[in-house]
Amino acid sequence: MDNLGQLGFSEAQGDLMEVAKRFCREQSPMQKVRALMEDDLGHDPDVWDEMAALGWLSIAIPEAYEGAGLGVAEIVPIMEQMGRYFLAGPFFSTSLAAQAILVGGTEAQKQDYLPKIAGGSVATLALSEQSGNWDLTAITARASHTDQGLALSGEKFFVRDAAAANWIIASVLVDDKPALVLIAKDDLPKDALRREVIIDETKRSFALTLDGITVPKSALLDMAQAEAALAHIHLCANLLSTAEICGGTQNVIDYTLDYLRTRKQFGRTIGSYQALKHPSVDAYTGYERARSLLYSAAHSFNEQGTGEIATRMAKAQADKAYAYAADRAIQFHGGFGFTYECDAQLYRRSAIWHASQYGDAAYHRKKLADLIL
Amino acid sequence: MKHDGVLMGKVNPQELDEFAKEADAWFAANVNPDPGFMLPLTFMEVGTDQQFDFLRDWQNKVYEAGYLGAAWPSEYGGGGLDQAFQDAATDAMRRHHAPIMLNAIGLNWTGPLLMDIGTEAHCKKHIKGILSAEDIWCQGFSEPDNGSDLGNAQLRAVRDGDEYVLNGSKIWTTQGNYAKYMILLARTNPDAPNKYAGLSFFLAPMKIPGVETRPIRKLTGEYGFTQTFFTDARIPADGLMGKEGEGWQVAMKTLEYERGVHGGQAGGYVLLPLDAFAVIDLARKLQRDGAPVMDDPVMRDALVEFMIEAQSLKLCQARGAFAPLNEERPFGLALSGKLMWTEFARRINEFAITLQGTKGGYYVGDPNAVDHGLWTRGYLNAFSATIGGGTSEIQHNIIAEHVLGLPKR
Repeated sequence: MDNLGQLGFSEAQGDLMEVAKRFCREQSPMQKVRALMEDDLGHDPDVWDEMAALGWLSIAIPEAYEGAGLGVAEIVPIMEQMGRYFLAGPFFSTSLAAQAILVGGTEAQKQDYLPKIAGGSVATLALSEQSGNWDLTAITARASHTDQGLALSGEKFFVRDAAAANWIIASVLVDDKPALVLIAKDDLPKDALRREVIIDETKRSFALTLDGITVPKSALLDMAQAEAALAHIHLCANLLSTAEICGGTQNVIDYTLDYLRTRKQFGRTIGSYQALKHPSVDAYTGYERARSLLYSAAHSFNEQGTGEIATRMAKAQADKAYAYAADRAIQFHGGFGFTYECDAQLYRRSAIWHASQYGDAAYHRKKLADLIL
Repeated sequence: MKHDGVLMGKVNPQELDEFAKEADAWFAANVNPDPGFMLPLTFMEVGTDQQFDFLRDWQNKVYEAGYLGAAWPSEYGGGGLDQAFQDAATDAMRRHHAPIMLNAIGLNWTGPLLMDIGTEAHCKKHIKGILSAEDIWCQGFSEPDNGSDLGNAQLRAVRDGDEYVLNGSKIWTTQGNYAKYMILLARTNPDAPNKYAGLSFFLAPMKIPGVETRPIRKLTGEYGFTQTFFTDARIPADGLMGKEGEGWQVAMKTLEYERGVHGGQAGGYVLLPLDAFAVIDLARKLQRDGAPVMDDPVMRDALVEFMIEAQSLKLCQARGAFAPLNEERPFGLALSGKLMWTEFARRINEFAITLQGTKGGYYVGDPNAVDHGLWTRGYLNAFSATIGGGTSEIQHNIIAEHVLGLPKR
C-alpha cells in the first residue's frame, strides 16, 4: 500500500472553517462552557437551532434528501472548531446518525429521516456494549420478531446525547446477524436511559436499556447494508473525533502558551526556561503533524482502502498529540494546574474521552499494521 | 544534444515530453547500481578519494549529457532551457536511483548567488566549472567556537590594496580538502554597531599560500569534513559579494536558495531522500531472535509508528501549498521542518539497527553486516543534520520564540 492519503482542501472547507471559527468562539466562551457543564441537558438549544439554521446538519446529506450534497470532509473543519472551543451539543451524534441512515437505511427511511436531520432534528447512535469492544460488529443486544414488531433486549452504553435525541439508532442482532434499528423517543420507556458519569463533563452520555422496547418492523434498517454501515460509522466517528481532537490540541497549546508568557517565577517569565520551551515545541509539532494527517484523511476519506488508512493514522497521531499537550498543560500550570478552576483539566479529560471512544492510538496502529505492513 | 524548448517564454509540451523520455533512457543506461564500493548518501559523506573521483566523473557525465544546469543560461555553460526541463531530468535521476551530485555548494549556493548578485565576469569565470565539477566549492560559515551562532563569526578579513588578508579558521568544511573555492563569511569590521554588521561575504580561492586544510575524522571512522586554517592568506578583493558589511544578508540569501525559495538551483540532488518504506523492506528480510521481524508485534507496532510519522512529515511539507491551513501560524511548519525531519531520520536509522537483532552488532566492512552496515553508518551520520545547521536544541528555541512567541529571556 503506497498511497497513505493525500492532502487537499476545498473551498467549501475553507468557508466553513472561517464561519465555524467565529461562531464557536462567540457562542462558546469558557464561562459558558463551565456553566453548561453544570447543566443537565449540557448544551444551549438556541445555539443548536442556529447551527441548524446555518445548514451545518445538512452538509453531508445528498441534495435528493434536502441536504447540501457535500461530504464528511466538509464537516471536519466545523468539528475541529467545536473541539477547539468546547462547543457543546449533539452535532457529532446527529452527523453520525445521518451517515448511518445514508449508508444503512432503506430508501423510505432516507426519504423520511434525512430531511428531518438536515433541518436540525437530533439523532444519535447506540453501539457500545458491556464488553467495551471497539469492533462495532461485536453485538449481543437482540431484536426478535413479534406480532407487534421487533422486541429489543440488551443494554447499550455511551449513547451520546440520548436525552436530547428524537431517534436513537441501535445496533442489535436479528437472527444472529448485525442490524440497525431506529428507536423513536416516544417508544422509550421511562427509566430506559441512565445518565452516565463520564470523564468529559462537556459531553452527555447515557446507558440505554433495550429490554421492554418494541419498535415497528419499518424501524429496521436495510440488513444487507448493516455491516457496511457499521464500518462506515466507525471510520466517520474516528475522522470527526480526530477533528475535535485537533481543535482541542490547538487550544490547549495556546492556553498554556498564554500562561508561559505571563507567569513569573524566580524573577523570570517561565516561558523563557528551555525546560518548558522544548516540550511546548514538541506538543506543537505533534499537533501540526496530527492536523496534516486529519486533512489528508478528510480529503482521502472516500477512497477505498486509502480512506481507512489515512483516518486511522490521523486518529492514532491525534490521540497521542492531544494526550501529550494536555498532560504537559497541567504540569506547566504548576499548582494552578492541579485545580478544577484551571482549564488544563478540561482538555486532558477530553483527550481521555476521545481515546476511549472508537479506538485509541494503539488500537488503530494495530489495525494499520495489518493494512500497511 | 541541442534542445530549443523555450518558445516565447512558454514550454513546448511536446519537446518537454521528448526531453523527459530521453533523460529517462539516458539514466536507465548510465546509472551504475553497484560501483563495487559504498557510495555516500549525501555530499557531506564523501570520505575517500575513490568516492570523490567516482562522483566527480558522474556529475561531469550528467552535465555533458545536458541533464544538469539545463535551466541555467547557456552563455555561462548552462542548457538555456526552461526550469521544467531540469525538473524532468531530476525526476529521471530519482527514478533510476542515480548517485548524488557532488559539487553541492557550487550547484545550490554559489551558482544561484552569482547569477543573482554577482557580476557578468563572476558568472563567466565560475558557472561552467561548477556544473562540470572541475571547480569544487566549499562553504566557510561555521567556526570552531561558534557552532550554531553563525553571526558571531570571528575570522578576520583586512583590506590591503586589491586584496583582503585572512586570519582565523573555519570548521565543518564539507569537501574542504578537494575544494578550489570557498564561499566565506568573514569579519571585516570588529567595531560594527552589532555583530552582524561587521561581516562580509567572499568568494575565496583555496589553493593559495596561507590556506591549510586538516581532515576531521567523523564518529563513523570516515572523513568528509575539514577544518580550514587561514594564516595571512591573501585573496583578491573582487571576490567580495555585495558590499563590505553586508555579509550576513548575503549569507542569508544563500540559505534561501538552499530552501528553494527562489528556485534557481542547478538541479539534481545532493542528498538521497530518506525512504521510510525502505525500513519495511528491511524488516521483511530480517530475523530477530530467531524469528521473522514481521511476526514480532512489538516491532510491528514500532514500524507503524514510524510510517505514521513519515506520512505526517510528508503531509506537513505539502501543507505549504494550502494557505488556509496555515493561517494562524504561517511560518510554523516551515520553521519546524528541519527539526522534525532530521530527528526522524536519526531515530528511524536507529530503529533499523535494533530490527537487526544480533547483526546490529556488525559494522561497515564486515561481510555479514546487513546492507553493508548502511543503517548503522546512516544513524551515526544522521547526527550531522541534528547538529549541523543549528542543533535540534537551537531549533527548539527558534520555534519556541519565533512561532510560539515565548520570550528569549
